[in-house]
Amino acid sequence: MENIDINQLLSIAVFGAAVGLILIGLYAVLIKKHLIKIVIGLSIIDAGIHLLFIAIGYINGGTSPIFSEKGISLVNEGVKMVDPVPQALVLTAIVIGFGVTAVALSLVIRLYRHHQTARIDQIKTLKW
Amino acid sequence: MKKVLVLLLLVVVGYSLYVPLSQIEFGADRMGSIENPTTVGAYYLSKTPSELSVANVITAIVVNYRGFDTLGEVSVLFLAATGIGSILYRRRKEGEHSETISKPSSQLLQAGAKLIYPAILVLGAYVFIHGHLTPGGGFQGGAIIATGFLLMMMSYKDFHMNHTVLTWVESLAGITFVGVGIGGLIVGTTFLENFMPVGTLNDLFSGGIIPIIYVAVGFKVAAELAGVLDTLLSIKEN
Repeated sequence: MENIDINQLLSIAVFGAAVGLILIGLYAVLIKKHLIKIVIGLSIIDAGIHLLFIAIGYINGGTSPIFSEKGISLVNEGVKMVDPVPQALVLTAIVIGFGVTAVALSLVIRLYRHHQTARIDQIKTLKW
Repeated sequence: MKKVLVLLLLVVVGYSLYVPLSQIEFGADRMGSIENPTTVGAYYLSKTPSELSVANVITAIVVNYRGFDTLGEVSVLFLAATGIGSILYRRRKEGEHSETISKPSSQLLQAGAKLIYPAILVLGAYVFIHGHLTPGGGFQGGAIIATGFLLMMMSYKDFHMNHTVLTWVESLAGITFVGVGIGGLIVGTTFLENFMPVGTLNDLFSGGIIPIIYVAVGFKVAAELAGVLDTLLSIKEN
């Protein structure tokens, strides 16, 4: 077992956590009956995908892509920076996730007002 | 039965995520050098300090290289705020006033909220004004300011956002964003082109149009989030 290096363990831990979050969220969306819990499941899927993006952009020993002083560059002094593109994409995705969650919650409020319940198995008018 | 099927689906999804991810070497340096950038990220990292003199590369990507995308993102946020308003809209009956459903909070929370509220607003403004120098930016600063408003809404029952002011702030910020973009079209060649002097790296006034756009985004996000929170909190229970 001594040939498993720390990098491989880290990889399993980070990617595993990301995939785990996605699966937990998917489970909540498919199994749970309460609408609020379904919305929470969507948010958990969001979080997992964000973690996955950031993990793919990570570089060992890399700093955050912010130039704190002049002259630090990609080749200078062995200073490495992580890939900034996934982080920018995640910044966009977080905002879109907020929009999705907010609209979903307001739809839940509207459904609750109409049916007096937020459990989808008690909302009978949709069944055929 | 349903649970078994769902677990089976989760196994399939997990396996199909695991196979491509196991090919990716975690933390490997795929960025290339400054002379020969092999990825888009390396290109941005090598060009940003000299071309735009913006310290925060993510801000440069979000506001300049992918500025049009950010304009779309801000529109999606606007659409979400408008959608919530129209989904939750109810015509008010005669003599009925909108009331918050939250109970009045304790004296301690009220005094503390009043004390900390201006500090939260200043922190939010700091975060979006320094978006091109430090971690943070328009979206983060706007979210911080909206939490300040949320604190006040939850501690004071009769604290309400003025929706006319919110609409004006939001519209002016959006017009600033688009106007700066069209300015790039007039002065230069493309929409959202950086037509202003970029200054020196790590100065407050550097980066050309980037700080202007991010301050506008900060105001817009703060107004939109505050509007959403106010709409969601002032639902009258029937």
